[in-house]
Amino acid sequence: MKVASKGHSLFRIDNTRRVWFSNSQDKIDILETNSKAETRFMVSPSWPDTLNLTLVSPDSRTVFSLIIINKAGGLIYNKTFHEGGLNKISTNDYLVLAGTFHGVHAITARLNPVKPVAPPPTPGTNEPPNRPEPSSGLEVLETENFRMQCFNTLTGTKFLLFTETTQTNVDVTIKRIYDLYADYVMKNPFYSLEMPIRCDIFDRKLLSYIREINNR
Amino acid sequence: MSSLPSSASTGKESGLRVPSNGKTIYHRPINRTKTSELSQASFAFLFSEMVAYAQKRVKGIQELEHKLNVQGHSIGIKLLDLLLYREPARTQLRPQNIVALLHFIKQNVWLHLFGRQADRLEKSTDAEKPDEYMIIDNEPLVNQYISVPREMSQLNCAAFVAGVVEGVCDGADFPARVTAHTVGEGEMWPGKTVFLVKFRSEVVEREAFLAKS
Repeated sequence: MKVASKGHSLFRIDNTRRVWFSNSQDKIDILETNSKAETRFMVSPSWPDTLNLTLVSPDSRTVFSLIIINKAGGLIYNKTFHEGGLNKISTNDYLVLAGTFHGVHAITARLNPVKPVAPPPTPGTNEPPNRPEPSSGLEVLETENFRMQCFNTLTGTKFLLFTETTQTNVDVTIKRIYDLYADYVMKNPFYSLEMPIRCDIFDRKLLSYIREINNR
Repeated sequence: MSSLPSSASTGKESGLRVPSNGKTIYHRPINRTKTSELSQASFAFLFSEMVAYAQKRVKGIQELEHKLNVQGHSIGIKLLDLLLYREPARTQLRPQNIVALLHFIKQNVWLHLFGRQADRLEKSTDAEKPDEYMIIDNEPLVNQYISVPREMSQLNCAAFVAGVVEGVCDGADFPARVTAHTVGEGEMWPGKTVFLVKFRSEVVEREAFLAKS
């Protein structure tokens, strides 16, 4: 339950997304959910004691799902966090999606494989000459309803995060997921490299982290 | 490549390799108690490899736990000496009864190994088992990153720590058998572990005799 105030109006939201008002004013359209993020509600000017409110979408932020692809293009992890955000597809389709994305990523990385080289180190110093950075390949894929961001680790493992198009700070989220992966998957003696990830603690930590983001 | 030592300086044949600054582990003070922290990540990787190494060489879960136990045992024996040495001179006494020993383990050993004390110490409530004590750790550090697969749910990798505890008990001349058991406690402490310390019958006998006199 959240309690919020705007002007002189106090209201609270219960678990069923109903808003209860303590006094009646004209209109309230902003509800502070926490110090940083605001969630917008449209409220009709004449209200009954109880009314159902719809979330105005531009400010809602949700992480839909996560896919992890190993360096050979195999799907090793797949988790949906938010029901109803994306349509369900079969496991087989997920495997195809992972493989296809892996191929497309490899091709896009070769379209312009070399970035401009940084200036060579000053002569006399012992630094090795700069190597051109490899191209990152496909990073973001956006549709009307969702946005997919890819994070490619140095070893070629790919993290694909499906979010709403308005989601901010996806880079930070995805890096944090990578941290969790490095901790709870790579340090687990029972995990074999490149194989599907089945680690309880990883699941648990990931879910609680994403829940924290989705409830913001 | 200029940082490599020249071959001339390593001419003398010796079993002990001395680093270029001449300081071996024997030059370090033995009394470091503060600021002797290690990277948890590197320990996690090392421990992960220890478990994987043991797993390759065993058939069942019991055997795996035994391997881990043996790996910890020798640490425990040495640790007892080191920790007693580091105590202030007046209290440099080997624990002389079971409760003192278990408190020493719960406090000093845990503090040295994991930076905090164990969570609880219990005596078995079963009257027929006066030789059983329990050291309880809500979240063993060694298990922090380990998810045991479902088909091996009997396994608890803290068997390594159980080995350390067993080593301390054996070193203090309280021979015991120590095993680690997972007793998850809901969402709060899913990895809660009980170290069951089962002393040999003669230890309990001696304890009873000493209490009388």
